[in-house]
Amino acid sequence: MIVYLVRRFINYAILSMLATVLAYVMACLALDPKARYLGRNPRPSDASINHILDRLGTNPNTPILSRTTHWFSQIIFHGNFGLEYNSNSVAHDMFVRSGVSLQLLLLGSILGAFFGVALGVWGAVRQYKASDQVVTYSSYLVLSTPVFVLGVLLMIVATRFNNAVGHQVIQFTGQYTPGLSGRWNIIQDRVSHLFLPTLALSMFGAAEYSRYQRNAMLDVLSADYIRTARSKGRTRGAAMVRHGVRVALIPMSTYFAYSFGTLIAGSTFLEKIFSWHGMGEYALDAIVKNDINATAGSIFYVSVLVLISSTLAEVLYAALDPRVRI
Amino acid sequence: MTSAPLLEVRNLSVDFPQSGSTVHAVRDISYEVNRGEFLGIVGESGSGKSVSSMAVMGLLPASAQVSGDILFRGESLLAMNDRKLSQLRGNEISMIFQDPLSALTPVYTVGNQITEGLLLHDSALSKQAAAARAVELLRIVGIPAPERRVKAFPHEFSGGMRQRVMIAIAIANDPNLIIADEPTTALDVTIQAQILEVLQKAKEITGAAVVLITHDLGVVAGNADRIAVMYAGKLVETGSVDDVFNRPHMPYTLGLLRSVPNLITAGKTRLVPLEGRPPSLDALPPGCPFEPRCPISIAECRTVEPPLLSIGSVHEAACIRAPEIAAGKLSAADVFPRPEPIPPSDQAKVEGRTVLEVTDVKRYFDLTRGAVFKRQIGTVKAVDGVSFTIHEGEVLGLVGESGCGKSTTILEILELTSPQHGSIEIDGVDVSTLSKDQRLAKRKDIQVVFQDPMAALDPRLTIEDIVAEPLTVHNVAKPEQRRRVGELLETVGLDASMGARYPHEFSGGQRQRIGIARALATEPKLLILDEPVSALDVSIQAGVINLLEDLKERLGLSYLFVAHDLAVVRQMADKVAVMYLGRIVEAGPVDDVFARPHHPYTQALMSAVPIPDPAAERSRKRILLDGDLPSPTDEISGCRFHSRCPLFKVLDPSLQQRCLTEDPQLRVIDTSSAACHYVERNTLQVM
Amino acid sequence: MAVIEPMEVDTTATLVDPAKAPKRASRGRLIWLRLKSTPRFWIGVTVVVLMMLWAIIGLWFTHWNPTDQDLINSRTGPSSSHFFGTDDIGQDIYAETVVGLRKSLAIGLIAGPLSTLISAFVGSFAGYVGGKADSVISWFINLLLVVPAFFLLVLISPLLKDKAWIALIFFIAAFTWMVMAQVIRAQTKSLRDRDFVKAARFMGVDTFTILRRHIIPNVASLLIIDATLGVVYAIIAETSLSYFGFGIQPPQVSLGTLLADGSSAATTRPWAFVFPAGALILFLFAVSLIGDALRDAVDPTSGATRD
Repeated sequence: MIVYLVRRFINYAILSMLATVLAYVMACLALDPKARYLGRNPRPSDASINHILDRLGTNPNTPILSRTTHWFSQIIFHGNFGLEYNSNSVAHDMFVRSGVSLQLLLLGSILGAFFGVALGVWGAVRQYKASDQVVTYSSYLVLSTPVFVLGVLLMIVATRFNNAVGHQVIQFTGQYTPGLSGRWNIIQDRVSHLFLPTLALSMFGAAEYSRYQRNAMLDVLSADYIRTARSKGRTRGAAMVRHGVRVALIPMSTYFAYSFGTLIAGSTFLEKIFSWHGMGEYALDAIVKNDINATAGSIFYVSVLVLISSTLAEVLYAALDPRVRI
Repeated sequence: MTSAPLLEVRNLSVDFPQSGSTVHAVRDISYEVNRGEFLGIVGESGSGKSVSSMAVMGLLPASAQVSGDILFRGESLLAMNDRKLSQLRGNEISMIFQDPLSALTPVYTVGNQITEGLLLHDSALSKQAAAARAVELLRIVGIPAPERRVKAFPHEFSGGMRQRVMIAIAIANDPNLIIADEPTTALDVTIQAQILEVLQKAKEITGAAVVLITHDLGVVAGNADRIAVMYAGKLVETGSVDDVFNRPHMPYTLGLLRSVPNLITAGKTRLVPLEGRPPSLDALPPGCPFEPRCPISIAECRTVEPPLLSIGSVHEAACIRAPEIAAGKLSAADVFPRPEPIPPSDQAKVEGRTVLEVTDVKRYFDLTRGAVFKRQIGTVKAVDGVSFTIHEGEVLGLVGESGCGKSTTILEILELTSPQHGSIEIDGVDVSTLSKDQRLAKRKDIQVVFQDPMAALDPRLTIEDIVAEPLTVHNVAKPEQRRRVGELLETVGLDASMGARYPHEFSGGQRQRIGIARALATEPKLLILDEPVSALDVSIQAGVINLLEDLKERLGLSYLFVAHDLAVVRQMADKVAVMYLGRIVEAGPVDDVFARPHHPYTQALMSAVPIPDPAAERSRKRILLDGDLPSPTDEISGCRFHSRCPLFKVLDPSLQQRCLTEDPQLRVIDTSSAACHYVERNTLQVM
Repeated sequence: MAVIEPMEVDTTATLVDPAKAPKRASRGRLIWLRLKSTPRFWIGVTVVVLMMLWAIIGLWFTHWNPTDQDLINSRTGPSSSHFFGTDDIGQDIYAETVVGLRKSLAIGLIAGPLSTLISAFVGSFAGYVGGKADSVISWFINLLLVVPAFFLLVLISPLLKDKAWIALIFFIAAFTWMVMAQVIRAQTKSLRDRDFVKAARFMGVDTFTILRRHIIPNVASLLIIDATLGVVYAIIAETSLSYFGFGIQPPQVSLGTLLADGSSAATTRPWAFVFPAGALILFLFAVSLIGDALRDAVDPTSGATRD
């Protein structure tokens, strides 16, 4: 079993590695690092631009192949992701910023998964009743709302709320207020900053997972083994919980891996909207600034997250389903 | 109170409201089950037999509307809520379901699922005691090494073994009533025989009454005390086994019994088809529901639905002409006369050329695991050296249980490409020498009819498009195609005007006729029939078998007939080949092989087939096989049947050595041939 | 031809003549019947049609053009003159919403079905042909799925800047077909083992004809659902890209650019954000309703009877 999981991991790792390299090539093709300097006044000389770009390893005059191999070998052999346009270390910035991003991403996806599963089970058991309809339509409403719209709408609501209460209960810029003292104050401040973006992300996650879970649960509810459990003397409710939910959780691990990419994209929007200085903001800014190394680094970060979540999903799957444990 | 029946079903009706209409699945039925009794409920799909038992268990979906009453030991089950019923279920009443593969929860161990029922009904029981009891139960139902297997998950068990587990669950709390809903339908015959044996044993141990629901008359003939026949949601005949089998009074029962091929009598007489299909249960016309299919219906049958009339002491039938049948005025032959065979003048002349010759064909599959880094973990020898020939106008029956390689064999032939090993010659031409165009042309000569008529017809095409599809391949002009389709539909006994309809508008039997029409479109010489009747309801099978027999005679066709049902093979085939684990273990003329089987596997197979005749069933001695088919990846040395061979077990150890080391080859014995070292020492008795 | 002579019609076989039996609807008709009686399908269709109509003729109801600047009334809330209020430079939000909706709808309605088309082709081909080609294709799909589509779109967005907005349609379609292609591939694999497909193969029908005649029609219901929901994904993709400045570029207007303009002051002057957002959500919700109704009609998991 361990062997199997290790194989899967290697498989995903190769895919992630290739995707990152291809992303670097795409970034080289799409981004124009020269543009950043051409607009300056006074315009730097071609020689000095070339000099700067050569130092960053992003000079378009160097063939893409040799730039890619250089970049890639630097990562492999030195763990060096290169420099940003302003000569900061990509690796360092990524390290700091991913901490910020993971706070939101982990909290949001765990809460989203939990509420999604609960709502999905509840909806399926009460199929076509009013409560199921409410859950179904609310989840469709949330899924019909782009995450950035959801974020801004929540901000509008929070402003109203703060105004009604009279002071800033819910904060929505940045991840903390600088210069606070006292442990309790700091925790309170963090929570009040975390609240809105986490709510937005977990609402989105819950809406998506609840649809999947409801379908998985409906498939299971008509299964023969539920009938068997009842024929043994389990009541309807007990049979559903002990036998139904347990089996319906199995496909969720796969959906989790599938939808994780969407969650990463969603948290990227939310970082930008709520002015969090995380990896999402970093990635979007890097592209705007035509910064190839930072862009490729961001894609690397994303593909590592996807790699971890896919492997986690496999482990979860194996833990939930004895049929794959061979 | 003690003389009162255990279960009393009174005027039970079950309706399923659907948008616009209501399906009346069970209509006003009453029956009772006495303590320790074995009741068989027989009916075809849609007859309401399962729904009525689900109503007893209280396991119908919420949309069902139930009326009437169900009394268990005098207490009304319908008046109980789910909690109250749950205390009875699994304790007093238990159930065994049809599909053992899906009836067990995949994520819990078998032991867990047995102890679950034990602990639910006995709060005083400790976990250890329950676990010990689970092992004990597995031993009772015949699972080898129960101490180890109790920790296994359902997917590690074969279908037959899972059904044993289901029986263990059902008898765990010593119930008074066991309901078994088609418990053997999904299983092979030799496994079916084992399971029926276990069920009888369970009945003896618990003393419970058993209600066995089945479509197979043979299964109830040997086991049940009493039989109830259901048709279109109604009970149409009840009585003792002997009464119902020997003196049926409802034309439906009568027709059913005459349409089923019987392993002993098959092949000697033609079968009597019972055509048409049951009415749809959402729009029942007034009168007897069997009237449209009944050959002796009279005007009155169309107006009043007949109630069950008493004929003997416990014998009842729902037919207004039952008294006439009872009085002997209408005999079975009057009601369902046997159809005439094709007169010799209409028979095609056959010269006896060789149509198909298969020589030492092998097909191995590599079993691999892993998506990117594939590694071989074994080889499945699906077909391991199979040879046979079919001559013009001849029918070869290829018989075996699932996993024996018969389906792989025919796929190998149908590919028309060179096999992994050996050779395939069609009409004297080796298929490995064919060019692409020649192969396309050759496909005209060999066509196939599949098992499941629903799956074999594309639901999105009209009948005309379906039947014409082979013609489009060979560039036949449109008007000519249309003419041929009309002709073909009439050839298989359908109306030419039906071409514009879609498959779902037809019954199973009609769909199979459409499949046959399609196969005949290119005027083939050889038809490969892959279980052509096994997916059909029993009453429909006879019509299709007769059609295939007639077509063979008229058109001089040859058939390779693949089946697991020995009675059907005996009915149709001229020659038979019995397959086991990728090999033919016995082959020969059909009458010789069935009269004097030489290989112990053939003997076991034959003795496992239930016969729809209570007297014959009771007097039979069964040769039961141990265990399951070995896993196809296992390397077996010597004879591949030795692990289950009943002859091997009684042989002297000095003789056994040869079975363990030497792989027996087919050798000629009398008129047939068998692959067994000790045919001469075989003293096993069949039938 | 003369070998087969019409046999006497077996009268018992036609005893139950389908024509006389209660009319059983074909699958397509059955789906339509179920759809017809689903209120949310009609609600969805009505809203979608009305909003499309509104996008086309909505400007007739106002005398403002989207580029007009009513400087006296800039930053005002909804009024009888400016139904949805005005923005910083006095542009009419109503007029801008109508024009933005046009562009977003055009992109979504083309890109969604286009991506479905790609998945149908790739998925059914890979699933049917199997073997090496299948391995390569599914490996490629997995590779594309490693990095979420949004990042790929953002990454190549600089290439889009100087191209017409039409190009965005193709880019969105090109990066959103993968998941559905996997579904179609799995479906095709199971269809390939169905007897009617085997029958066709053993008759000698060629691969392309089998795909066209047997495979695609049998996954059509899935494709229709996906094309419907694909519209939702495509519009979300477009508005998200445009919102962050990677999609539609000013001076062109889409709902995404409009929302970006309105969001800066969303907490103080919500009308500039809420009205276009409302139009967007309403449309997407309506399309989702249609998709959901379709899915239910195709695959009703109602409490079926067993026997």
